Amino acid sequence: MTPLVVSIVAAIASVVLLLVVLELIRSRRLRERYALLWLATGAVLLVLSAWRSGLNTIAGWVGVTGYPPAVLFAVATLFILLVLLDYSTVISKLSDQNTLLAQRLALLEQRLSERASR
Amino acid sequence: MVEGVHQLERAAAGDPRLTGVRRIAIVPAYNEEECIARVIDEIRAFDRELEIVVVDDGSRDRTAAVAEAQGAHVVRLPFNLGIGGAVQTGFRYAFEHGFKLAVRIDGDGQHDPSQLGLLLEPVLAGEADIVVGSRFLSKNGYQSSRPRRAGITILANVISLLVGRRVTDPTSGFQALNRHAIALFAADYPHDIPEVEAVLLLHKHKLRMAEVQVEMRERAGGRSSIGALFAVYYMVKVLLALFVGLFRKNVTPLEE
Repeated sequence: MTPLVVSIVAAIASVVLLLVVLELIRSRRLRERYALLWLATGAVLLVLSAWRSGLNTIAGWVGVTGYPPAVLFAVATLFILLVLLDYSTVISKLSDQNTLLAQRLALLEQRLSERASR
Repeated sequence: MVEGVHQLERAAAGDPRLTGVRRIAIVPAYNEEECIARVIDEIRAFDRELEIVVVDDGSRDRTAAVAEAQGAHVVRLPFNLGIGGAVQTGFRYAFEHGFKLAVRIDGDGQHDPSQLGLLLEPVLAGEADIVVGSRFLSKNGYQSSRPRRAGITILANVISLLVGRRVTDPTSGFQALNRHAIALFAADYPHDIPEVEAVLLLHKHKLRMAEVQVEMRERAGGRSSIGALFAVYYMVKVLLALFVGLFRKNVTPLEE
């Protein structure tokens, strides 16, 4: 059975995560598209923290009967993996775009300086 | 709210209020080589003095070449930014080149340039800073597919609630803007399904928005860039952006 303390702490942590992410979006430091997974993480963890009987049931399904809060760790880890994977693809795309911009800029500057020296 | 009244009044190309007013049509286009030439011709048919800038959003086909051949100004983005980024590029162009009026006509042929008079009327009359052509102010014409309409209705209701006025077509990009609106969007324009968040943005900057009834056409060529599954994803993103956007601080519009 999950100790009540664990549920409370986990719930508070989830709420804090959600609030931090929302504030980052509000102050334009985080774009909605990249925040969606974080919000999903916070929401799922909040639900699992608050719904104690549900957490115990799910723990039973995956054979973690000794310490149900382990499921919280597992879910959080899984979501973090997803976020990292998502960000890896985003970084890859940004790299490609960056390369293209660098090349176009260099070629543009070359054209300008050639024109200036005519 | 200036709906209804102006359905019958429309500005025309020879309108004295347009004399000497530099105006431009912003035409975002992504892989629209099939119909971009016709869009440009239709805009010219409405008003010869309306300049045209086609913003090529990283097309892989000959959209830019075709547009250049038709004599339009063309801005080629180095890669695809999406409609928000492309249209904002057009607004920046309009602002930097000192245009006083701008209209947006999408390069896919959905917007009918012959109806620009309806859009321009409230702006020229000084009653609105931006006019949006709504498909749903009254109930006729091409209404778009059912699931899409359901999504648009939800967004319309949410937006209407947030700005305290009746908004019927928050996703319509068929718009006419004056200098204030151009300056705002050049500085700050949302990225995905920008038209919806833009309504909230206008409200926060106290710019006046009006809707007029228009008819839109089916896409003339090319494919829609939004599939069914993505629509749900975009809805979630837009709703999130709307609610958070309520609490944001304003970005300063570009200054003269």
